Amino acid sequence: MSAIGDRSGTPPTPTPTPHAVLVDTSARPVSAGLAPAAKAPRRRHRTMLPLVLLTPAVVIFLLFTIAPGVYAIYLSFLKDHVGGGLLGDENPTQVFAGFENYQAAFADPAFWQSIVRMLIIAVIGVPATIAFSTLFALCLDAKRARLTGFSRLAIFLPYAVPGVVATLLWGFMYLPATSPIGGDTFDYFGSHAVFFSVANVAVWGVLGFNMVVIYTSLRGLPRELYEAAELDGASELQIALRVKLPMLAPTLTLVTIFSLVGALQLFNEPNTLKPITNAISSNWVPLMRVYTDAFVDNEIYKAAATSFVLIILTVTATVFANAVLRRISGRSER
Amino acid sequence: MTAATTAVRAVPTSRQPSRRSRTGLIPTIILMVGALYCVLPVVWIVIASTKTNSELFSTAPYAPSFHGGFVSNMRALFSYDNGIFFRWALNSVIYAVGGAALSTIICGSAGYALAKYRFLGSTSLFRVIVAAVLLPQIMLAIPQFLLLAKFGLTNNYAAVILPQLVSPFAIYLCKVYAEASVYDEVLEAARCDGASEWRIFASIGVRLLSPALVTVFLLQFIGIWNNFLLPFVMLNRDQLFPVTEGLYGLLIITGGQAAQYSIVIAGVLVSIVPLAVLFLSLQRYWRIDLISGGVKA
Repeated sequence: MSAIGDRSGTPPTPTPTPHAVLVDTSARPVSAGLAPAAKAPRRRHRTMLPLVLLTPAVVIFLLFTIAPGVYAIYLSFLKDHVGGGLLGDENPTQVFAGFENYQAAFADPAFWQSIVRMLIIAVIGVPATIAFSTLFALCLDAKRARLTGFSRLAIFLPYAVPGVVATLLWGFMYLPATSPIGGDTFDYFGSHAVFFSVANVAVWGVLGFNMVVIYTSLRGLPRELYEAAELDGASELQIALRVKLPMLAPTLTLVTIFSLVGALQLFNEPNTLKPITNAISSNWVPLMRVYTDAFVDNEIYKAAATSFVLIILTVTATVFANAVLRRISGRSER
Repeated sequence: MTAATTAVRAVPTSRQPSRRSRTGLIPTIILMVGALYCVLPVVWIVIASTKTNSELFSTAPYAPSFHGGFVSNMRALFSYDNGIFFRWALNSVIYAVGGAALSTIICGSAGYALAKYRFLGSTSLFRVIVAAVLLPQIMLAIPQFLLLAKFGLTNNYAAVILPQLVSPFAIYLCKVYAEASVYDEVLEAARCDGASEWRIFASIGVRLLSPALVTVFLLQFIGIWNNFLLPFVMLNRDQLFPVTEGLYGLLIITGGQAAQYSIVIAGVLVSIVPLAVLFLSLQRYWRIDLISGGVKA
C-alpha cells in the first residue's frame, strides 16, 4: 500500500542502531572530508572504478529526483498570462506569479480538508499496523505457538497483492451488491466508516511485511535473556511484554517511521475506490488533489506548488516523528 | 537464595503440562485470526470468480458456482479488447523485472563504490543519500511527469522505468552490507595477485554482495509493481499499461456500473495468483534481517 507501511519506495532502513541513522548522520563516526587519509581503513587507489560505478546512480538521481523537484519549484512561481488578442485564443505566456499559487493552495479549505482526511487515516492505520504486526510477531515467536509456518505465510500473502488490486478486492467486499461481509446492511462507505474502510485496505496490505521485519528482529535477540527471565519465574506473557518488547524499540521506531511516510503518501486506495463510491471525491486526499489539479483541471502551476508544499510537510513530519520516537525508544531501552 | 530459586523452579515444572498447553493456545488462536483476516478476501475472490455477473449479485457470497462462470469470466477477460490483458501482464513484467534488475545493478555498484573506496566527496555523497531516503518517492511522480512532459518524453517504457531506478535506501543497504561483509583483506589479496579493480568488483565484490543484491531486487520489484501513480501519470496509451492500471481502467470504463464486475474480479484473481506463488516460494531467499536488524556478517 502505498499508505501505512509503504511498499512502494521507501522500505525500512538497515543498521545496527537503525533509529540513529535516519536523520542524524553525525552520530556515525565517519569524519568529514578533512579526515587524514591515514586513518581511513580504506586506502586510496588510483582507479577510475568508483567513478564508473557511481556515475549511473548519480546521473539518474540528478535527472529524475533532483531536477523534477527543482523544476516543480520553478513552475510553482509561474502562471499563465493570456495575451491580449481580441479572441483571447493566443498561446498564453508564462509570467512570474510570486507566491500566488502557494497562497491559493493555503487559502483553499479543500486543501486542508484533504490533509485532515489523510491524517485521520494515518491515525487509524499506523497504530493498527504497528500493534497488530507486533502482536503477530510476538505470537510467532512464542514458544508453544502452533501452525506458525502456515500463519506466517498467510499473513504475508497480502504483501504480494499490489495496492490497487487489493483495493479492488476490498472494494467488492464493501460494495452492497457483492459484499460477503454484510455490506448490504452496513454502509462501509458511510461518512465515518469510509475512513476505517480505506485504512483497512492499507493495513491489510502491509501487515505481513511489517510482521516479518519485526519477527526477524525478534529472532536476532539473545535467547539467554528469555531463559534467565524464565528461571526467575516470568511467564511467556511477561517475557513478551517486559523483555522482548523493550528490546524491539529500535525496530518499532523504524517500522513506525516508514509506515508514517507511507500513510502521508496515501493515494492508491482512495483513488481506486473513487469509481465505486460517491463517498470519495476527486480531491479526497492531498495527492489526489495534486493529480486533479495537474490532469483534470490542467493547472500545473498550482499542482507544482501543492506538490512542493506536500513534500516539505512530509519530510518535516518524518524528521519530527523520528526525533520523538528516538527519544521514546531510547528511554525504553534503558 | 538457592532454596528460593529451586522453589520457584520447582513450581512451574510440576505444573508444566497444563500450563504449557494453555500458553500455546492463545498465540495460536491470535495467529489463526490474523491468517483468516489476510486470506479470507483472497478466498472470496476465488469463489466470486466462479460466478457469472448475475450470479454475483444473486447467490450466497461464500458459495461457489459451478455453471461455467469461471471459464466464461476468464474467456471474457483474456479476449477483452483483443487480448490486451496479456499485453498488460507483459508490461508489468517488463516494468517490474526490468526496472528491478537495472536498479539492483545501479544501486549495488554505487553502494560498493561508497563502501570500498575513499575519494573526494565520498563522505558527503553518502550523507546526501542517507538524507534522500526520507524523500517521499511517490509524491515526486507528478513533478517527474511535469519535467518529462516538458521535453515530450512521457508515454513510453523509459518514462516509467527511469524515475524508479535509483533508490537511496537500496544504495544505503548495499553500502552498509559491503562494509560489513566484503573484507578489505580479501580485496588486498586479490590486488597482490594482480587482479584489476574491475575484476575484483565483478568476481569478488558481486559474489559477496549477492544476499544484499537479492534483497534489493525483491524490494525494488515490489516497489515498482506497487507504484500506481507513476505509470498512471506517465502513460495514456493502454498498450503501455501495467496490469494494475489496466484493471483500474476497466473499472473506470464501466463507470462503476455492475455490468463488468465479473471481468474485473477475474482480472484481480489472475493478477494475484502468480505473484503470490512466486513470492511465497521466494520468501526464504530474502534477507529481511538486512532491513531490520542490521548487518551481522
